[in-house]
Amino acid sequence: MLDYTDTAAVVSVSELSQYIKELLDRNDILQNIWVHGEISNYKTYASGHCYFTLKEGEAQLLCVFFKHARARSSAPSLHDGMAVAVNGRAAYYERDGKLQFYVDAVKLLGEGVLFQRFEQLKAQLAAEGLFDEARKRPLPSQPAIIGIVTSPQAAALRDMVRVLRTRYPLAQVLLSPSLVQGAEAPVAIANALDLLNEHGEADVVIVGRGGGSIEELWAFNEEVVARAIARSRIPVISAVGHETDFTIADFVADHRASTPTAAAVAAVPDIEDWRGNVRELQQALYDTMEDRLFRVGEELDRTKRDLHRASPLKLIDDRRQQLDDTVERLHEQMRHTLSLERERVRGVALQLHSLSPLLTIARGYAVVRRERDQTIVTSVGQVQVGDTLMLQVQDGQISVEVRPFNR
Amino acid sequence: MESLSYEEAFTRLEEAVAALQDGKLPLDRAMHFYQEGMKLAQHCDSLLQKAELSVQQVSIASDGTFNTQPIDI
Repeated sequence: MLDYTDTAAVVSVSELSQYIKELLDRNDILQNIWVHGEISNYKTYASGHCYFTLKEGEAQLLCVFFKHARARSSAPSLHDGMAVAVNGRAAYYERDGKLQFYVDAVKLLGEGVLFQRFEQLKAQLAAEGLFDEARKRPLPSQPAIIGIVTSPQAAALRDMVRVLRTRYPLAQVLLSPSLVQGAEAPVAIANALDLLNEHGEADVVIVGRGGGSIEELWAFNEEVVARAIARSRIPVISAVGHETDFTIADFVADHRASTPTAAAVAAVPDIEDWRGNVRELQQALYDTMEDRLFRVGEELDRTKRDLHRASPLKLIDDRRQQLDDTVERLHEQMRHTLSLERERVRGVALQLHSLSPLLTIARGYAVVRRERDQTIVTSVGQVQVGDTLMLQVQDGQISVEVRPFNR
Repeated sequence: MESLSYEEAFTRLEEAVAALQDGKLPLDRAMHFYQEGMKLAQHCDSLLQKAELSVQQVSIASDGTFNTQPIDI
């Protein structure tokens, strides 16, 4: 064992990293080698570079497949579970302190074991009718108790509870905890689901977990989980946190949600809708009552008008009105009569005027008077020769003396 | 009124509205249904307002019975 006080033997991290890197770089075999294994944790980034882990037995190898290398190779599109052989070089990546395999080419070696098992199980269960639409039960519209099978520490549980609390706080959540990944997970999930069924109070159960790699989700592809879901008397919503891929649990479940949050939304109604319904009914109450009161008010007004029309006060008013009308007519008559009278008087005056002696005089007749006593002479008997007579003509008097006359 | 569940209260509210919409109801009966209805609507609203999600964990105890415990999520 080296003594660390022997300073010559203590190197820095950079120095060691450098040493290892160069050691590997100097090894010809590692510069160009073919390695086979199964792809897992496959990820492509926007840059076009992709990363995955190549697994086999108890060992794994971190791989990088750069964009330019991918473009040059004729590798088909890759995914988790594929059995492949990759060609490239192994090198020590100092910055991250890990061994990386830089891939230049990829060859398919046929479907991985994992996927073969998946396809077999899927076919078998489908043949048994476990995936049939007819088997799928409708979800209860107003579940009082919502069962959840998931890991108690997981974010998925917190997300689901948050959604339920906002959307439907009237419900109760009943958690039946379980592992959700690893070798023991499938049996644990099945047991947790059976437990909720035995307890019997949940109206619906959400079985699931958040997103993860294909291995992490693999428990939900196991037969024991599929069978537990199939025999559940309570409707099951699967929520395995994977947008596009379906696990076997998803096929068997009564309803499939792509995420735990979506499962919580599917499981319960939104009380906001309920609030809306209550408000609508309140509005209906109010509108109906208001309408009723309005009509009652109108009826009242109508009756008041009828009453008024028949009332003695009205009668008096009517009579007064009649009186006024009559008086007015009387005045009218009077004015008319007066007017007629005036006409008549005017007519008579005209007549009078036409009979006036003055008019006669104007026509050439004269009024003859005896000068001595102003008597009007209408006969020869009233005059003697030598009398002075006054002749009144229209514009004056003419004095004349009577001369001999005869009758 | 306080003891009514949401479902019960809501159903009674629907009934009150239906009754009120019968135009032949005497005015005092109409007022009664109106007031009842408004109280029921208030009750529904307050139930929704006060509702709190309860979260419990279930397990099997050593004697085989079910054990439910409230948990904090």
